[in-house]
Amino acid sequence: MNNVDKIDIYFSGGTCGFASGAESVFLALKDEIKKNNLEQKVNILMTGCQGFCALEPLVTFYPQKILYAHLVPEDVKEIVQETLLKGKTVERLLYTDFLTKQKVISVDDVSYYKKQVRNLLKNNSFIDPLKIDDYIVSGGYKALKKALKMTPEEIIDIIKKSGLRGRGGAGFPTGKKWESAKKAEGEPKYIICNADEGDPGAFMDMSLLEGNPHSVLEGMIISAYAVGSNQGYIYVRNEYPLAIKHFSIALEQARKNSFLGKNILGTDFSFDIKIIRGGGAFVCGESSALRASIEGKIGEPSVKYIHATDKGLYDKPTVLNNVKTWANIPLIINNGAKWFSSIGTENSKGTMIFSLVGKINNTGLIEVPMGIKLREIIYDIGGGIPGNKKFKAVQTGGPSGGCLPERCLDLPVDYESLTKAGSMMGSGGMIVMDEDNCMVQVAKYFLTFTQDESCGKCTPCREGTKIMLDILTDISCGKGKEGDIELLEEMSNLIEDTSLCALGGSAPNPVLTTIRYFRDEYESHIKEKKCPARECKALIRYKILEDVCNGCHLCFKNCPQKAITGEPKKVHDIIQDKCTKCGICFDVCKFDAVSVV
Amino acid sequence: MTDKVKNIISRYEKKQENILSVLEDLNAEFNYLSEDVLRNVSSEFNLPLSKVFSLATFYKAFSLKPKGKHIVLVCMGTACHVRGGPKISEQLEQILNIKSGETTPDNLFTLETVNCLGACALGPLMVIDGKYHGKVTSGKISKILKEYKK
Amino acid sequence: MVKFSIDNKQIEVESGTYLLQAAKKLGIDIPTLCHHPALEPYGACRICLVEITKESWKGWSKLVVSCAYPVENDLIVYTNSEKVIKARKFILELLIARCPESDTIKKLAEKYEVAPASFSLNYEPTDCILCGLCVRVCGELIKQNVISFTHRGSNRKVMTPFNKESDVCITCGACAFVCPTGVIKLEDILGKRKIEPWHTELPLYKCKKCGKGFVSTKQLQLLKDKCVSIGDIIELCPECRRKKATEAPICRPVGATEGKGV
Repeated sequence: MNNVDKIDIYFSGGTCGFASGAESVFLALKDEIKKNNLEQKVNILMTGCQGFCALEPLVTFYPQKILYAHLVPEDVKEIVQETLLKGKTVERLLYTDFLTKQKVISVDDVSYYKKQVRNLLKNNSFIDPLKIDDYIVSGGYKALKKALKMTPEEIIDIIKKSGLRGRGGAGFPTGKKWESAKKAEGEPKYIICNADEGDPGAFMDMSLLEGNPHSVLEGMIISAYAVGSNQGYIYVRNEYPLAIKHFSIALEQARKNSFLGKNILGTDFSFDIKIIRGGGAFVCGESSALRASIEGKIGEPSVKYIHATDKGLYDKPTVLNNVKTWANIPLIINNGAKWFSSIGTENSKGTMIFSLVGKINNTGLIEVPMGIKLREIIYDIGGGIPGNKKFKAVQTGGPSGGCLPERCLDLPVDYESLTKAGSMMGSGGMIVMDEDNCMVQVAKYFLTFTQDESCGKCTPCREGTKIMLDILTDISCGKGKEGDIELLEEMSNLIEDTSLCALGGSAPNPVLTTIRYFRDEYESHIKEKKCPARECKALIRYKILEDVCNGCHLCFKNCPQKAITGEPKKVHDIIQDKCTKCGICFDVCKFDAVSVV
Repeated sequence: MTDKVKNIISRYEKKQENILSVLEDLNAEFNYLSEDVLRNVSSEFNLPLSKVFSLATFYKAFSLKPKGKHIVLVCMGTACHVRGGPKISEQLEQILNIKSGETTPDNLFTLETVNCLGACALGPLMVIDGKYHGKVTSGKISKILKEYKK
Repeated sequence: MVKFSIDNKQIEVESGTYLLQAAKKLGIDIPTLCHHPALEPYGACRICLVEITKESWKGWSKLVVSCAYPVENDLIVYTNSEKVIKARKFILELLIARCPESDTIKKLAEKYEVAPASFSLNYEPTDCILCGLCVRVCGELIKQNVISFTHRGSNRKVMTPFNKESDVCITCGACAFVCPTGVIKLEDILGKRKIEPWHTELPLYKCKKCGKGFVSTKQLQLLKDKCVSIGDIIELCPECRRKKATEAPICRPVGATEGKGV
């Protein structure tokens, strides 16, 4: 083989990797390596999600740092022959950088990664999540060993000084939370990891749990020691079977290595964790509903005005933190509070992981320092909007957040700035929308979600959001009336003020922000009965362009309503009365002969 | 109580904390939760039947009706939504002639939606029996379904 | 003791008291629907919302449910501020939309000057406001757990398992007693006690003295099991029990003679 002694091959896995077909390519590559007797010289492993989901199946080779993208099983022969045996790169498998428009050989030259600070996600690219040794070799459990030599007060002090704020959405100072739990009366104390990640479009927590489960585990163990807990839970949504599997394996391995269980590393401190699977209820991401669910009850939030750190799970002092919050702990213990607080802004320290998805070229998981501008994320990292379409809005904070327009793109991404603009940091989902997305439809989408996920306990959330959804549905069908916008605003404010929990309390946010920033769109739907983005079915028509249609008959064959007339090689036509506006004809036409008016 | 049910229930300590796990395992085994199974769980865990029934109807993970041979799942997460997820869902409803949440009369397909599977780069996403069909377009749907009709 | 003010009146109460009870002490009436003094606060209806603030909050205030918010030193509470009235009216509007035919809701709406429904929710007609009092009394006090909240969101409904006849209901009627809108109906007919909408019917036990059916046999048995030493008096209907009690004392005070009454 070329002048390199050993080659490490890192295959990007995780749910997104598997979904794109990574497994078959991985197995084919392994097989080909075996066939060529290269097992001694090549170390190949499946890592977690390496973050650039748009390129998957993707693989990186070290020490050369070569990156190949969009692989299929048929590529592996060439990879082995050219790259492993001859030391050459396979041009066609290289990624064409969106910024430089050049083929990129090295990972270091990929623009997507340049503005990122991958403190938490780094290991997702290099370790086998099923091997604890990989984690240990990369510095894993050093923080735990260090922490066990400190006092609980010292640990809490470091976390306080670091400025770490909860990464689940609320942004509560983590050190302060731990301190309250430590001081609270009541035994036993509990540590919980909220891995419910219900925000649609968010998969950061999933990727951390799949790709680097020990980082989360180590953080929880350190906290348990600091707070004085012997029992922890991780509540994972059941839609994440791979994350559950990897975390289970991590628990077993940690126990075997005395990082978890009785008398951890020979000390008096004992702590263990139980995995609880969610049941498919977004409301269980809310702290008191999550605890009810762990206790084997329905996920109904509690009316009690008492902090979980005083009376939480089973009415005992409880620390509940998000996956990303836990993953930050070992880094802070190892590198110090000063190191952590040197990243980010004055009130928002450290890095944040976002899932950058939707109408964006470079879909994936990104990790950036707090304070970076939205514009930088969308254009410098995200590569802008596909098909040269115009950017319209970016949604942050999930169903509790809001849609921010173009004029907000220079906002720094931090807790306060996003909240001031009407949105929120949330758990890290960042969904980009373009000119073809109707903002009334976006508001309707989120309220439909709320209605679907509301536990139904309190009047304002259960009934109020239903009425709001009905109004939005009317507006999108051309039945909106003068005064509807003001009514939506008024109801939004009342629902926010009167709901029992944060689900209802924040459900109107997407409506309020879309009205705030896209009022003209609402007005167009109401006054002119027009949908500017041409998405609202009742307000659009599909039309076949006579001068473009060549009679290929494809739309006729695919129309489920048989609403298209026309003979092969002759211009076709749509029978409007039969047309249900499903859009299949528009999608299948290869000649752009179907237009939306 | 059948042996299968007994075995599954015996996997867990009879604490209320384990009830969701038991129900999930039973739902996975039998494809749904029957009245008998819920009564078994109620008596074995010493939890009132009304509470078990509450759990079975509150959480989306459970079904009280048997499902079809193939589960067609459409992701309705925000990222898939902005990329045309609802269109795919509607088209599936038209092609299968059922509404989301229902099963075809021949018990072949159950159509369901889920609020985000975490594979947003592949949106719009359709998953059949655990197999991911990413970036699915209108033209592809019928073809993909044909495979399962065999 | 905790010192604070409600509607500009100073008050001092024991720590652990909720605002609702504290207000009552001052003669201030706050409407409630899902509250019951014998049950844990639930906070579902939201009609008992009040506005709270503190001097240190620099003008910021929030709405909280008075049935579950514990008193705090220096708290400033308003039960009828503009914010509270607006919120209360909103809740009532939503409840009217949900249960347009309910007399209880109509009366409350009238009291708080809320106009008839401007929204419609298109539910199947119901008078159930999902306050949960029936579920909670059956679970917390009677401990039979006959009914529960099922499904979720707008589909939330109180029912027996599978919406069928219950095998644990004793037809005690506690749920009907606490229901604020009269949805639950207890009926004695042809020697049976029927309770809807729980689809349950149980044979009545006949009074050993007058022969009138007064309790379901199941409920009687439960009472016998729970109060082992109560004796035969439990097999008499309440009227006959009272008569017997006036004829001869059940518990004889020390030194008392036969026939003197209690």
